[in-house]
Amino acid sequence: MTIRKRTNEPGSFLATHGDSIVRDAQRELKSPARRLFGQRLLTLGGISLLSGCDLSNDKSVNAALRRISFFNDDVQALLFDPNKLAPTYPESMITRPFPFNAYYDIDDVPEVDAATYRLQVSGLARGKRTWTLDELRVLPQESQITRHICIEGWSAIGHWGGVRFSDFLRRAGADTSAKYVSLRCADNYWTSIDMPTALHAQTLLTLTYDGDVLPPKYGFPMKLRMPTKLGYKNPKHIVAIEITNRYPGGYWENQGYNWFGGS
Amino acid sequence: MLLWIVPHGAPINVIKPGVVLSHNAIQPGWVRITHWINALAVVLMVMSGWQIYDASPIFPAIRFSRSITLGGWLGGALQWHFAVMWLLVGNFVVYLAANLASGRFRRKLLPLGPRQLAVDLRAALRGRLQHADLAHYNALQKLAYLVVIVAIALIVLSGLAVWKSVQFPLLRTLMGGYDNARIVHFVCMSVLVAFFVVHVAMVALVPRSLLLMIRGR
Repeated sequence: MTIRKRTNEPGSFLATHGDSIVRDAQRELKSPARRLFGQRLLTLGGISLLSGCDLSNDKSVNAALRRISFFNDDVQALLFDPNKLAPTYPESMITRPFPFNAYYDIDDVPEVDAATYRLQVSGLARGKRTWTLDELRVLPQESQITRHICIEGWSAIGHWGGVRFSDFLRRAGADTSAKYVSLRCADNYWTSIDMPTALHAQTLLTLTYDGDVLPPKYGFPMKLRMPTKLGYKNPKHIVAIEITNRYPGGYWENQGYNWFGGS
Repeated sequence: MLLWIVPHGAPINVIKPGVVLSHNAIQPGWVRITHWINALAVVLMVMSGWQIYDASPIFPAIRFSRSITLGGWLGGALQWHFAVMWLLVGNFVVYLAANLASGRFRRKLLPLGPRQLAVDLRAALRGRLQHADLAHYNALQKLAYLVVIVAIALIVLSGLAVWKSVQFPLLRTLMGGYDNARIVHFVCMSVLVAFFVVHVAMVALVPRSLLLMIRGR
């Protein structure tokens, strides 16, 4: 403290002693010491790198990462252009065989009985609440050859056909000003999407794959296909659709995958 | 100890401007700050990126050990990657803007001619490349720094193309499509890692340069 006080009178202490103090300090820091300092800094950097993986288990770090992921949802909602179409491809570019992918093995694919199957619509919708497969098949059908992009990085081009989801939502009397569409599946998978994506022209309630009835491994009886979203946002074996303003989350999303999952 | 006798608010060089305490920083504060933020961001991005890569390797022969990755699993690594990207990009934009505004790029990295490059390369291979004046870069340094700046710009653009291939069609096309954008992203990462290895080795050979990047002189 006494030293500090003295230096508050500029020119007195430092003016007379400044040079010699600095010279002393510089002598102290001569080459060997500097080198050692440098080496230690490098080592310190190396150690902190090695322990980097421990950061993954820190609760506050995880909470911060989740918050940024929610922030990234908002950024993606802003970036999402409802009129921008995902690229489509010629039939020759379809990936054959199209890869099977789920959170379980192909042997555990659920078998849904077409005769007893009913699609339930709930939440903010005032129209028809229960749909049979035949009722869906008589609606206007569209098809698309688009790229499925998996969160893991790989991609595959597939050929899907079915009902435009915005068309279905309107027929079901859904409140399209609601925030979310929640989707529950026969394999206990669930996910949810934002309304703008639900209404996108390429969002398709698919009933066929490559011209045939959607096979079980690709999501019989129906898969919601969105070329504007990553694979895990494209649920298969859908049995219930809910229109809601309450954030519904999802199977992978609740474990840490980004919710918006846009492409 | 030296710091304690510096009075708050009174710049030390006011007291005795001159030989010993000259404040002519070779690396100004903004260069040092953006350098270290960038170093941290790149390391975190590369480590989390390796974990993401492992979920679906582009080259089956190339995989990264869990001990050198960040995030624990794909979802965790993606959270890191898409959080630190803001730090990397924000810092990089500040770095580029400050360099262009101050003319530092032109001063430090240009001119860079093939002849000087050949001369310096020959000297380096014979182990005779001098590094006495840290304020001036030799041609190999200039090239390395330019390459790494371009690599960061490219890794950001290819990353955007991978992340938002539908929303940025022009970027997707420039990168040669979605799958190719992943390869561009990987190659840029490899360039950054190669630079990192050489860069750290050089710092170990010339420890003064580390002090320079910490305190500016």
